[in-house]
Amino acid sequence: MVDVSETSTSDAARVTAGAGAQTPLRPRVSAWRRRQRMVLGIVGIVGLLVVWEATARLGLVDARYLPPPTEVAGEFVHQLGSVSFWTALGLTMRTWVIGLAIVTVAGVVFGFVIGLSPFLRRYTTSTIEFLRPIPSVALIPLAVLVFGVRVESALLLIVYACFWQMLIQMLYGVRDVDPVAVDTARTFGLGWFARLRYVVWPSALPYLMTGLRLSATIALVLAITAELVIGVPGLGTSITLAQNGARVTTVYALTVATGLIGLIINMLMRAAETRILSWHSSVRGEAIV
Amino acid sequence: MKRMGSVLLSTLALPVILIAIWFAATRQETSVFVPEPLSLVKTFGDVWVGPAFTEQVVPSLIRLALGLGGAIVVGIALGLAVGSSRVLRDLLEPVLEFFRALPAPVLIPVLMLLIGIGDEMKVTVIIIGCMWPILLNTVDGVRATDSVLTETARSYGFTGMSRFRYLVLPGAMPRIMTGVRQALSIAIILVVISEMFAAVSGLGYQIVVFQRTFKIPEMWSGIVLLAIIGLVLAFLFAQVEKVVLRWYRGQREVENRGA
Repeated sequence: MVDVSETSTSDAARVTAGAGAQTPLRPRVSAWRRRQRMVLGIVGIVGLLVVWEATARLGLVDARYLPPPTEVAGEFVHQLGSVSFWTALGLTMRTWVIGLAIVTVAGVVFGFVIGLSPFLRRYTTSTIEFLRPIPSVALIPLAVLVFGVRVESALLLIVYACFWQMLIQMLYGVRDVDPVAVDTARTFGLGWFARLRYVVWPSALPYLMTGLRLSATIALVLAITAELVIGVPGLGTSITLAQNGARVTTVYALTVATGLIGLIINMLMRAAETRILSWHSSVRGEAIV
Repeated sequence: MKRMGSVLLSTLALPVILIAIWFAATRQETSVFVPEPLSLVKTFGDVWVGPAFTEQVVPSLIRLALGLGGAIVVGIALGLAVGSSRVLRDLLEPVLEFFRALPAPVLIPVLMLLIGIGDEMKVTVIIIGCMWPILLNTVDGVRATDSVLTETARSYGFTGMSRFRYLVLPGAMPRIMTGVRQALSIAIILVVISEMFAAVSGLGYQIVVFQRTFKIPEMWSGIVLLAIIGLVLAFLFAQVEKVVLRWYRGQREVENRGA
């Protein structure tokens, strides 16, 4: 998933490379563009809120079920001041972190073991391809039976859904190693472990980061799903509680909160990717074909 | 012949070993949670072959098809519009990013408030939940259209609908298919859990009923059925993608050979 801003920077790089004479102009133009984008973006958000407010205030939709954003914002601020919100948020994030950690370790280990052995790769393909498309929500009843409302239920769903994603990325990554680099390392007398550390690992790292970024989103969705459907403690459970208590404004405020968490996670993952892969050509943005 | 044999061996070896382990493990002691393979096959036949299929499975599949179809239509239409206009793109980007980041299942409680617990809710949840990956990928696809193609189309006087039909849509198609693939897995999640939340029919509902009444083999058969549906949909999608993007793969092959 290439996001819009990434594409636009690479566009900018291509334009600059194409028209060398205009290079000095670029920063000023892009600064102006950036401001324009920011202003229009804010206008878009405000526009959405105004439409929502009007819909609620004019009674186009029953205000009991769609409270205006001003009230939701008030409730949101109120939630930010309450201990139960932060406790629930902490539980959700703990599930998310543990799930991602398990998936990352498992994905890397299995990815290396299977990916480095042509034999294992050949003999596991059919099983992986069979297990991968199985929707993780199919495991919900099993999770309920075995783990009940404990955090393991959510972890089961997260690990199942993200593990294949991660494993496939790692398998691609390990295969993507430049054979010349491997031969060079061999010629220079690097041992098996050193080759793994200095040749295979860096080649697989961008794939690992892609897998991690995709998994981060899926893990959040499934953590919230487990909380909503199974009742594993966390923000999702707070939403069902508010819904059952007919506290509509709270439902909306918490929903907005989960969206913001998703947004923050996306931003953090993107930043981590840029930082960890700062040496890689896809991030340096110098690879002009 | 020998090669085919080795392919067959490498494909079947691990699954056969795993099933054998399953047989051996359930033979010794019968766990409450893990059914025997043969009794699972029998239960599967008893539970899902017959009227249960039309009463429980077909409604779920119809909801899935309507929701995903709606999401594809809305996502591509909006994506083409947003992708073609820079102002619109700048205006909507933060809003779209927010909706993409919103975990789709939280829409279920909100939409239950707004439009009740009927089929409309489930289809709407799927449409709204699945729309974003398609929409955002379409936007990216439209933006990434090859500039030589764009200018050629302009020189030849392609405008309006024919420009969309012959330049923008095919150019964005590889990205659109990526979006649809992501949407497909979200759609399955949403149809199942919206039925677990609030339904009187459907696969998700039925599985929860089995689980609550401790009909463990029946519950497992439901899990297997969901797995089969996931597999079939993934297979169908791969076929559709192959046909829709045939020209693209061909082009990529030629390019790679040239490079």
